[in-house]
Amino acid sequence: MKLNRKDILGIQELSVQEIDLILETADSFIEVSTREIKKVPTLRGKTVINLFYEASTRTRTSFEIAAKRLSADTINISASTSSVVKGETLIDTAKNLEAMNPDVIVIRHSAAGAPHMLAGILRQSIINAGDGAHEHPTQALLDMMTIRAKRGRIAGLKVAIVGDIAHSRVARSNIHGLTKMGAQVCVSGPATMIPRGIEKMGVVVHMRIEEAIRDADIIMMLRIQTEREKQNIFPSLREYAQYFSLNRKNIGFARKDVLIMHPGPINRGVEISPDLADGPHSIILEQVTNGVAVRMALLYLLTGGTT
Amino acid sequence: MEQKKVVMDAEGIDRSLTRIAYEILEKNKGVEELVLVGIRTRGVFLAERLRRKISGIEGKEVPLGILDITLYRDDLQTSHRKSRLGKTDIPFSLDGKKVVLVDDVLFTGRTIRAAMDCLIDFGRPNRIQLAVLIDRGHRELPIRADFVGKNLPSSLWEAVSVTLTEKDGMDEVVIEDHP
Repeated sequence: MKLNRKDILGIQELSVQEIDLILETADSFIEVSTREIKKVPTLRGKTVINLFYEASTRTRTSFEIAAKRLSADTINISASTSSVVKGETLIDTAKNLEAMNPDVIVIRHSAAGAPHMLAGILRQSIINAGDGAHEHPTQALLDMMTIRAKRGRIAGLKVAIVGDIAHSRVARSNIHGLTKMGAQVCVSGPATMIPRGIEKMGVVVHMRIEEAIRDADIIMMLRIQTEREKQNIFPSLREYAQYFSLNRKNIGFARKDVLIMHPGPINRGVEISPDLADGPHSIILEQVTNGVAVRMALLYLLTGGTT
Repeated sequence: MEQKKVVMDAEGIDRSLTRIAYEILEKNKGVEELVLVGIRTRGVFLAERLRRKISGIEGKEVPLGILDITLYRDDLQTSHRKSRLGKTDIPFSLDGKKVVLVDDVLFTGRTIRAAMDCLIDFGRPNRIQLAVLIDRGHRELPIRADFVGKNLPSSLWEAVSVTLTEKDGMDEVVIEDHP
């Protein structure tokens, strides 16, 4: 089976079959990272450009490691050290990169739709590594892969997503993916952080975290973007933590074997207490491990892997 | 006109594998440092059968690994195979081992080239040997099998297919004109 797509721009447009194909392929790539020689020759001679207009540790490193383990050559460009500071537009930058003949361009940009625009202009495969508050498809794929590895399925599970839903591309991509795959998703957060009409995406809204995580199989905590404190979306980090942090007290509402996820970076003591982030329910670091496999699978499938 | 001929039935396959099991033991003087590695998909089932036969003869278990060579193929861009990427599973070191690679059909030799590249990424085996159920000729690389179930001279426009109970419901080797 082949992935009949040039680009991976979002989960919204992926079918259940496509998601299945990506996750199954990713499962097979896990093993490569456990070998003594963590490299296969599959993408020898291919070039992958990581074009990052926003800060990132996990995602950029993960894409770079994924490409390198497949023997592709990688180049990292971050906006702060590129001609962007001289005022070059995104399209000009992209056109110039295209002229150097890469095979895949991975882009993160603060403007929603930036990867889609590039996908329409460039002949290379584009992978969205996060566009504004829109989508972060590889994060949702690695989250779904981790859930499947832990629970054997996604369908029928209750997943609670807690935090700043309105500004979170991780939440949007996961809501698209998880509902497609048959999970029951609910969200919770301060009223200012719940977008109007979110119910239309097939989720249930709870105003209290205790209600959202009641009997949950999975709890996904989102990072509170502390830079938004100034925007009057919430009064203070302290007050947010008081009502919406996941802690030893409210975790009891969830199932005994609940799994705790977080896309990182964590604000310890704000959205999640440190003992839970490091505790036995946490699968946060497994998410990171699986992220490499998911990105290997996407690079492989986009560059012609038949599998 | 479509020609279809059964060249090996279940008993024939079983007898060949029994002979190969003895040959492997003879050539390697027992099971010391011996490991079997099956190439997905049908090579894995053949390797499992060989392992059972060897343990029946020697009373000792031989480690078994599984190889998916897709990531080492030289025709990733052009191939139109429909199978999904499978897991490679070699849960032991290959350093100093005598590895017997097992596959169903030896044809151009490209699969075996890929398999050897992959094996060498897992360590430095003492030696690599090759066991196949069918050798149909037409090599494109300098590769030969150490253990062969049946040599089957074929023309390029014929298709040789091995079906095995574990995957296809019955044991059979068939040669037919390309449809």
